[in-house]
Amino acid sequence: MPSKNECRAMTDSQTREPAPSTRVSGIGRLLIAVYGVLALAATGRSFVQIVRAFDEAPLAYSLSALSAVVYIVATVALIKRSAAWYRIAWITISFEMIGVLVVGTLSLVDPGLFQHATVWSIYGSGYLLIPLVLPLLGMWWLARHPVSSAVSHA
Amino acid sequence: MIEWFTWLQLAIAVPAGLLCVVLGLLGRKPTDLTMGATALVELMLIVQLAAAIAAPLAGNNATGSLLEFYTYLVSAILLPVVAGFWALVERSRWSTVILGVTCLSVAVMLYRMTQIWNVQGS
Repeated sequence: MPSKNECRAMTDSQTREPAPSTRVSGIGRLLIAVYGVLALAATGRSFVQIVRAFDEAPLAYSLSALSAVVYIVATVALIKRSAAWYRIAWITISFEMIGVLVVGTLSLVDPGLFQHATVWSIYGSGYLLIPLVLPLLGMWWLARHPVSSAVSHA
Repeated sequence: MIEWFTWLQLAIAVPAGLLCVVLGLLGRKPTDLTMGATALVELMLIVQLAAAIAAPLAGNNATGSLLEFYTYLVSAILLPVVAGFWALVERSRWSTVILGVTCLSVAVMLYRMTQIWNVQGS
C-alpha cells in the first residue's frame, strides 16, 4: 500500500483529484514530452545518418543510434512508474548525462573524432543544449518522485 | 520549399508556441485558441508536405538530402497530432505547455528543413 507521504508527493502538483500512484504529475508530463521530442529527433537524425553514410563516420553514427535508443528507453521509463522502470530511468538518464559531457568534451578537445555532428557534440549545441539540460532536469525530477518497491505496479 | 510559405509557417508556429507555453504556465487548460493554433500549424505542415512533393515538378529542387528533409517533415507532422491527443485526454495546464513546446519544436524543424532545402548539406 502506498504510504501517505508517497501519495502526497505524487498528487501535490496535479490539477485534479488524486490519481493512482502510477500517474505522473504535471511537470513530469512536460519532461516526458520533451524527452519524447528529443527521442524522435535523435532517432530521425541517426536513421538518416546511418542510411546515407554510415561508412563515413561509423563511430559517430553508432553513437547517434545508441543515444537515440537510450532516449526512447528513458522516455518510456519516465512514463511507466514502477520500481524496475524507475531504476531504468536513472540508468538511462545518467548514461545520457555522462554521454553528453564526455562526447561534448571530446568533440571540443579532438574534433577529428566527431567530425560529423552527433546529438551530443559540443554538449548538444546542435539541439539548443537541450541534451545537456534535460538529463539534469530528469535527475532532479526522479530524485523528487521516487518509486519504491512497495508501490511497484504490475 | 517555397520561401514565403515557410516564413508564414514560422510566423504562425513561433507565436503559437510561445502563446501556448505562456498560457499553460498561467494555468490555462487547452482551449479552442491553443488547440486551434496547434491545429493551424499542423494544417500548414500538411500543405507543406504537398508543396514539397510537387516542388520538383516546378523545378524547385532540394539542394540537400531529401531523406533528411522528409524525416524532419514527417516527424514535424506527427508532433502536433500526438500533442493534440494528449491535450484532449488530459486537460491541464501542462498539456497547454506541451502544445506550445510542440509548436516551437515544429518551428525548429521547419528551420532545419529550409536549411536542407536551400543551403547545401546536412
